[in-house]
Amino acid sequence: MPLLEINNLQIDFGRGLNALRAVDGVSLALEPGKTLCVVGESGSGKSVTALSIARLLATPPAVYAGGEILLENRDVLRMPAAELRQIRGGLVSYVFQEAGASLNPVFRIGNQIREALQLHRPEAATNAEIIRLLKLVGIPAPESRMRCYPHELSGGMQQRVMIAMALAPQPKLLVADEPTTALDVTIQAQIIELLVRLRQQLGMAILLITHNLGIVGDIADEVAVMYAGQIVETAPARALLLRPLHPYTRALINSVPRLDSTAGRLATIAGAVPRLGAFPSGCRFHPRCPIARPECSQSPPALVEVEPGRRVRCPFWNQPAANPSTLDPLIPGPTT
Amino acid sequence: MITRLLKRFIASAVTLLGTAFLTFFLLNAVPGDVARVIAGAKATPEVIKDIHAKYHLDDPLWQRFGFYLGQLAHGNLGHSYVTDQSVAEAILTRLPTTAALSSLAVVMWVALAVPFGVLTARFRDSWFDRSVLIAATLTLSLPAFWLARMLQYWLGYQLGWFPIGFFRSFFDLLLPAAALAILFVGYYARLIHTNMVEVLDSPYVRAARARGASETAVLFQHALRNAMIPVVTILGMDVAGLLGGVLFIENVFALPGIGTLAVQSVFNLDPPVIMGTVLFSAALVVGANWVVDLLYGLIDPRIKTGI
Amino acid sequence: MNTPPLLEVKALKVHFPVETSLFSRTRHFVRAVDDVSFTVAPGETVGLVGESGCGKTTLGRAVIRLVEPTGGQILFAGEDLGSLNRATLRSRRRQFQMIFQDPYASLNPRARVENIIADALDIHHLVASPTERRQRVEKLLEDVGLHPSHAQRYPHEFSGGQRQRIGIARALAVEPRLIVCDEPVSALDVSVQAQIVNLLRDLQQEHHMAYLFVAHDLAVVRHISHRILVMYLGRLVEAGDARAVCQSPRHPYTQALISAVPIVDPDSKRRRIILAGDVPSPIHPPGGCPFHPRCPVAEPRCQTEVPAWREIAPGRHVACHLAQ
Repeated sequence: MPLLEINNLQIDFGRGLNALRAVDGVSLALEPGKTLCVVGESGSGKSVTALSIARLLATPPAVYAGGEILLENRDVLRMPAAELRQIRGGLVSYVFQEAGASLNPVFRIGNQIREALQLHRPEAATNAEIIRLLKLVGIPAPESRMRCYPHELSGGMQQRVMIAMALAPQPKLLVADEPTTALDVTIQAQIIELLVRLRQQLGMAILLITHNLGIVGDIADEVAVMYAGQIVETAPARALLLRPLHPYTRALINSVPRLDSTAGRLATIAGAVPRLGAFPSGCRFHPRCPIARPECSQSPPALVEVEPGRRVRCPFWNQPAANPSTLDPLIPGPTT
Repeated sequence: MITRLLKRFIASAVTLLGTAFLTFFLLNAVPGDVARVIAGAKATPEVIKDIHAKYHLDDPLWQRFGFYLGQLAHGNLGHSYVTDQSVAEAILTRLPTTAALSSLAVVMWVALAVPFGVLTARFRDSWFDRSVLIAATLTLSLPAFWLARMLQYWLGYQLGWFPIGFFRSFFDLLLPAAALAILFVGYYARLIHTNMVEVLDSPYVRAARARGASETAVLFQHALRNAMIPVVTILGMDVAGLLGGVLFIENVFALPGIGTLAVQSVFNLDPPVIMGTVLFSAALVVGANWVVDLLYGLIDPRIKTGI
Repeated sequence: MNTPPLLEVKALKVHFPVETSLFSRTRHFVRAVDDVSFTVAPGETVGLVGESGCGKTTLGRAVIRLVEPTGGQILFAGEDLGSLNRATLRSRRRQFQMIFQDPYASLNPRARVENIIADALDIHHLVASPTERRQRVEKLLEDVGLHPSHAQRYPHEFSGGQRQRIGIARALAVEPRLIVCDEPVSALDVSVQAQIVNLLRDLQQEHHMAYLFVAHDLAVVRHISHRILVMYLGRLVEAGDARAVCQSPRHPYTQALISAVPIVDPDSKRRRIILAGDVPSPIHPPGGCPFHPRCPVAEPRCQTEVPAWREIAPGRHVACHLAQ
């Protein structure tokens, strides 16, 4: 049984005529102990999806317009408040993008970890456990660090404290929303390595939101690519990176500059990510798609399993481009 | 650093000096012979002349100001021209009344402003929030003397629930403190509301909710502690202002505080007492500034105490 | 090799005094930039890479005197910028411009795009009539890939990538010889980053201006730069041809930086060098080599001796005792 199952999730911002659909029919599944990366650019709806797992969106302005989110077969969207509070932290924990801002500036970090323990494992709310957690995430001199305030720590340290707080209640699912985006590259590497080590030790599932495809290769078992509120491709991580099927995924991987490339110009995706409320008709990617055909602006494509374990939202994914010259030659296509 | 402390100290001294200067010269611009006030309506010209000599009232203004400053440097605030009581003594004997009135009012308005501020932020844009907003705007727009008079008349005189004046026991302070509290509660409720709204949107509150903290804990532990930081410092300044004399309310309720002293001294055209009360108030404000800055460093761990 | 450098920076220092607490006696400084020397040739792109706190943004701003240097020399086209008075410096500013990181904060929200771009033209009296002004602005908008009609709109009507294009048009307006690009693509989506990087390259080929490209993303820097400078804690640790530095880095920090760049290829067999600890505070830099506390190959000598800026090969400099 999957640990997390999202079925046809729909989330709007605003009500009635002004409602803008930010997440449109997203479905995901995550098995215990596995890592799923949700990749997308701004406006793709990935953060909104992640936050809704523990019903953390501010409602207003967000509205849960449809679908269900099943955590161990219980629907989060219809749970009573008391049960929701139990699963927050107890079953699913969060790590956010800006760790410094996610730590309360007026409390010492030791006390903040203690609170996390008291809420779900009160018998373990001891200094010894706090120190153990800090050591687990690689914070040196934890006995004295406990008494620090968040602003006294560097960005990398703050993120480690966030991770320690997230792990304190021993959750089965860790949702990490762009945990390394605000960090330097060398610190990023440390944090990713820490997450990989921890999930092996603790056997927890990770849902990692990112726009950085490079991280995907290091940590993900499965990947879901989102664009304009919808999932456009899902696949095992390695398969996706080596052989992306959806034109958006291919173009995205292509446009990431590589250290070892010799190409003069970078491959680009024309245009810009559409804004909420201004999604194109039919396939949302069609105005920017290098293989778009006239039909693409008419009927919205469905997410279809085209190979075992691989779903794509594009009926023409495996057909040669109508205009081959617009497809970038740098990444091998699906048929080569 | 020492240079900064020194600069701060000099700035405060200049402020007080300037206040003294302005008050002194403004006083002397007011028409009316001080000597006549002291001597009374039936005084003879000789008595007036004597008084002029005794109080050096014929000396040039600068000299008199200089003399006053000299006295001040020795800690001498002078004596009332009317009662001959030492100004310092007059102020100090009345301070407890003003302090009691102010503290009672502060307790009242903070006790009300906090829950209103927190709950209106939590239920932003609800009918509750909107009505509190209207009530707050109303109460803080009320003229102090009008409110005091109204309360005195309706609750004191007509209904007889409260005494209408004087200070014989603690009970007498309730109505005046309530009047004072009504004037401030609206402002503070909105202040706390605004800060809470901002804090409730912050990432660390969301993170606290994500950990499963109860809504009460989120509001009153995580959020309020942060939202109150700027409020505490403003409160410090307001308390200092009040201790310098709650002019209207004390006068309406005939409480023997610094406020009545100050008003009486103006009616009496009693310069030493006027100067004394004004400088006392100014010193409190300047002192409050120092205290508040220090306090900020203590309650917000992000600030290093560098005055 | 005989063309004189456009920009020559010699032993540049930028130190900021630190607010100390009430009771401390000593004055501390943030050594944001500490003894940095390099050159930029006309039409060349020099990439300046480093992580947060290394001083690269401060360096970029100091080079065009947006931030006042504390020591050292900056020679632009042979002229010492530090020696100029305010009026002369203002007239020289035509020759060097800047593009900023945040496309949302660097454009005046109350000004129309036309005025934003033409501002510098007005300041330096480069257009004779309103018609000429408008034409110049429209041409610039086309050069950066926008439509001339956009001149009458306001910044909030554009996306992040488009605003960055407006910022580039603004910098380009006075035909500068050097543009300092301060993290121009970090705040943009990946697909848009590529567009802006390509645009900058194209413009350089057309107008032959030099770029000092400051960024933390090594892959982007590698793509657009001819030469790369690597900065750590206010000092340069390595410099050289972009390809050479990325393929065979000599300084241990550069090696770690390169190994930390996430690669999209899941089969890559590179060895990850994970550095221990955090970047130390620039107020109290470690003695000797600033990198030694985190360096995987540090020797006792590194704790006491500051490594010299040595040329280990033509055009290649390293500040490390152990590099060959």
